[in-house]
Amino acid sequence: MTNASPPTITLSNLDHLWFQVAGTTCNLTCQHCFISCSPKNKSFGFLSLEEVERRLNESIKMGVKEYFFTGGEPFLNPQLTAILQLTLQYGPATVLTNGTVLKEEWLEVLRAAEDASLYTLEIRISIDGFSPETNDPIRGEGTFARAMKGVKTFVDFGFLPIITIARTWPDEEEQEIVNRFVEMLKETGYFRPRLKILPTLQIGAEEERTRGYFESERVTREMLNDFDQTQLICEHSRIVTDRGVHVCPILIELPQALLASSLADSNGGFALSEGACFTCYQYGAICSNPSSSSAIREAKPRA
Amino acid sequence: MTATSGKIRIACFGGIYNNYLALQAAIHDAQCRGVDALYCLGDMGAFGPHPNRVFPLLSEHAVQCVQGNYDDSIGNSLDDCQCGYTDPRDNHFAQISYDYTLANTSQVNREFLRSLPGSIRLEVAGKRVLLCHGSPRKTNEFLWESTTSTHFLERLADEYAADVIVVTHTGIKWRRKLSCGRHFVNVGCLGRPENDGQTNVWYAILEFDSSHGCQIEFVPVVYDYRRLAQEMRQQKLPLEFVAAVETGWWTTCLEVLPGKERRAGQY
Ligand code: SF4
Ligand code: SF4
Ligand SMILES: [Fe+2]
Repeated sequence: MTNASPPTITLSNLDHLWFQVAGTTCNLTCQHCFISCSPKNKSFGFLSLEEVERRLNESIKMGVKEYFFTGGEPFLNPQLTAILQLTLQYGPATVLTNGTVLKEEWLEVLRAAEDASLYTLEIRISIDGFSPETNDPIRGEGTFARAMKGVKTFVDFGFLPIITIARTWPDEEEQEIVNRFVEMLKETGYFRPRLKILPTLQIGAEEERTRGYFESERVTREMLNDFDQTQLICEHSRIVTDRGVHVCPILIELPQALLASSLADSNGGFALSEGACFTCYQYGAICSNPSSSSAIREAKPRA
Repeated sequence: MTATSGKIRIACFGGIYNNYLALQAAIHDAQCRGVDALYCLGDMGAFGPHPNRVFPLLSEHAVQCVQGNYDDSIGNSLDDCQCGYTDPRDNHFAQISYDYTLANTSQVNREFLRSLPGSIRLEVAGKRVLLCHGSPRKTNEFLWESTTSTHFLERLADEYAADVIVVTHTGIKWRRKLSCGRHFVNVGCLGRPENDGQTNVWYAILEFDSSHGCQIEFVPVVYDYRRLAQEMRQQKLPLEFVAAVETGWWTTCLEVLPGKERRAGQY
């Protein structure tokens, strides 16, 4: 099956504004990272406080509902705490982090910033399993223990981090794996753990780990009949990088995904020609927080 | 509605969730305060006992109703409540009350639920009021205080040409002043307490007059929650739900709470 004319999605409302705040810089090099972030990947740069402020101001007239910060690892951006403090004056903020680069003084600032704000500051920490044996082969030696320490640090500062796990196990084992994981979290002192399970996207480093998409795994026009398009991130989100405004957090490396330099001009249509679009279509909502789950569901983050 | 004697006041009830005892108390309270009209923003069923007991109260007191996601589900005999929970435990309990409510809602009442409008527009003392369930754009959209920016609400008010937007669906009340004297208000719900350790529930009175615009007051409703809890036990509804009624702390469906709202609760 070929997909000569893939369906086009236009932005209905810019509900979610994402910031590629740490570019493609990350202290880790996870195997499934779909934009292959690493300490040396500088293809996208950090966003400065000034740049974020300019975008926040631009976002007001667009009526943005929530803000999301990703990378790379957001906490590698030295201005991140200042950026979040500022954002919380505009609206709710969610940070997608690997939880392994934290300083207590940052968390003190963030605690105070959230307390002073009407809005919630959501922390999403990514791990890949309930033990070093399952997590570390994917995310790197010692990362499980470090991420758990990060979870604990956030909990100590009064946050209820949402732990996101990319699904790397058979469906039938899911319930048991989740239960063990919850137990483990409670043992570390996180008594009301929040979990979110995500499908993996088969692009970037993930492509080498398993396989890429088959040609048949593309979204077709027929598939969008009777499909709730609000399930797709690109229907209600955009992401800002140091290059401009892109269609969604997943496809920033794709040349045609760079849509415009301003938010207002980025509402044009986008053809769902990529394999990753097929995963979005299948799984819907992998990026949003459960608090907006039924209205808007989204695709995979990469913290 | 036009003001004949200055002020116009309307009572807006959020989700009832089968809590006919709280509905009765709220109607009585609002009538004692001399409101001009009663509205309910939908979700008549869920959670509580004896679904059919809600409907006579609504009709007897001429409560005008919006259709919630639950009403759409029950009215059309769908498989679930469309709350969109993903946590298996939440789904388990939600399904028990959904199946119970569906099985115990009469055909006539299902027809009534099916017939309800998705929103109601009013013109009160020159203000355009939009009553809906979750948000003007989607019945089951959760609008929480901590996850909803002010400029997003401004956009809704512009797009839906409303001076006052009134919603429920989340179960926790809040309000926000918007530009040009406009307002957004989530009235909370009558069905269960709002996760604050208190057993009372809430509704809102909106007061309009041409000189002061719209004033919003949240009104606590004390009702016989012990009787509700007892009837829930008799009906073999989940004890987790009974606990929420008796303690004022939510024990289920916590996954959809934003961090800020979740922290305010016990679980
Ligand atoms: S990857 Fe998903 S969000 Fe991005 S353009 Fe494709 S369908 Fe839209
Ligand atoms: S998945 Fe996240 S933590 Fe891992 S390399 Fe990519 S950005 Fe870094
Ligand atoms: Fe609802």
